[in-house]
Amino acid sequence: MIAPASLPFTETEFALTLALLLVAPLAPAGVALLNTGLGRSRSAAQSLLGSLLLVAAASLVFAVVGATVADGVAGSGHIAIINGKPWNWAGTGSWLLQGLGTAPARGQAAVLFYFVALALAVLIPWGSGADRWRLTAGAASAVLIGALFFPFFAHWTWGGGWLSRLGVNFSLGAGFLDVGGAATVQVLGGLCALAVIWITGSRRGKFPKEGFSTAMPGHNAVYILFGCLVALVGWLAFNMAGALLWLGAAPSALPLTAVNTLLSASGAIAASFTLTRIRFGKPDASLCANGWLAGLVTSSACASLVSPMGAIFTGLVAGIGVPLLVEFLELGVSLDDPSGAISVHAGAGLWGLIAAGLFAPQPGQFVAQLMGIATLLGLMLPLIYFVFMLLNRFVPFRVDADGERIGMDLHELGGGAYPEFVVHRDDSYR
Amino acid sequence: MKFAGLLVMPAGFLLSIAAILLFPPSLSRVAFVACGVAVEAMGLAVSIRGHMMGERR
Repeated sequence: MIAPASLPFTETEFALTLALLLVAPLAPAGVALLNTGLGRSRSAAQSLLGSLLLVAAASLVFAVVGATVADGVAGSGHIAIINGKPWNWAGTGSWLLQGLGTAPARGQAAVLFYFVALALAVLIPWGSGADRWRLTAGAASAVLIGALFFPFFAHWTWGGGWLSRLGVNFSLGAGFLDVGGAATVQVLGGLCALAVIWITGSRRGKFPKEGFSTAMPGHNAVYILFGCLVALVGWLAFNMAGALLWLGAAPSALPLTAVNTLLSASGAIAASFTLTRIRFGKPDASLCANGWLAGLVTSSACASLVSPMGAIFTGLVAGIGVPLLVEFLELGVSLDDPSGAISVHAGAGLWGLIAAGLFAPQPGQFVAQLMGIATLLGLMLPLIYFVFMLLNRFVPFRVDADGERIGMDLHELGGGAYPEFVVHRDDSYR
Repeated sequence: MKFAGLLVMPAGFLLSIAAILLFPPSLSRVAFVACGVAVEAMGLAVSIRGHMMGERR
């Protein structure tokens, strides 16, 4: 991986990156729609308002604190010398984004990329805590993601940090490759989702003491499926911007990235459609949507690095694996994940990172990818869980039983998303 | 049980770090890094199982 300002950035490339990054926020918009559709109707307004609030909170704190840690150029940063090798563990950016307007063009575009990536990362756990995670606790978690977890990992992968320098320091291919944010955004967000589910627990009535888990389907399939289409547009732009910024790809290489993104998602939804049709007799809309998104998540790691056939293969594997993982996590290990974020974002993201290592031509690339995965699972997940657990003592994550019964909209906002609709009684509270 | 799993996971990370620090590029380095990830996966499995037992109680 390269770091901002370490390669020249022409005016054309800058303009193209800027244009792509102005379209890329459609990715978090699509995920917000998906999250809302996959939750219940009585929590829909809270879900979308929460999406805005979380993005705002994370962006503000990133501008104040996070950008300082995330920013960096190759060779600069807080460096520890271990065993004679430099370990760049934190950036040395200016506070409050001072000097952004006069920074090199690549550095300015990188900061914009960070903001879009962070917006996507904070929305991933928000969907997993649907129908029980309080708005203030969600915003507080977004503050921690924007100030702590995301900036450090973004620096390690994109800002010239130690993961990106594994190739130079330890002969591990080109260092840890995360062109479209599969690790820094998707897996990190998925691990935050896992921590949130561990802390909040499941929705009331989801796992009765006897019998199978209660089905709590999403309330609006149109939101879910339209969210997938919106996310595609954002993902195309985001992956191409990542290739320009972090791989130093020429604009002429971008059509391949875009085609691979589309092929990965297409392969994934085709596999999910076929699998759910075989298993249930009819295709399942929400699992197909999860499959589509899993294909996009996989493309975040691979789209710029593999051939079109490779993109279809990675998408197919994601499309088969994610619906099975969704089912296993719910029925096998009692994890109540309304949006399927752990399977879609963490599961497919990890698969994409492994696939990027398998398909890469450089020797040692697979080990570099494993090192990134080891850092996410062995360092970031325990850190996220213990910090969130501490936060939960001061800002309780879970709404009280009465709030959960009447719905998050009425409890937290005083009004529902669909005031003219009749809301059906929920049998699971009998 | 969940905490035990979460405490095992950093051990896997340190094993991976030690592998790239101590071994030259070789098959043994790949094996040790893979073992580190496997230790993390075991820790994750223990944590998930701990959560599952809590939910079903």
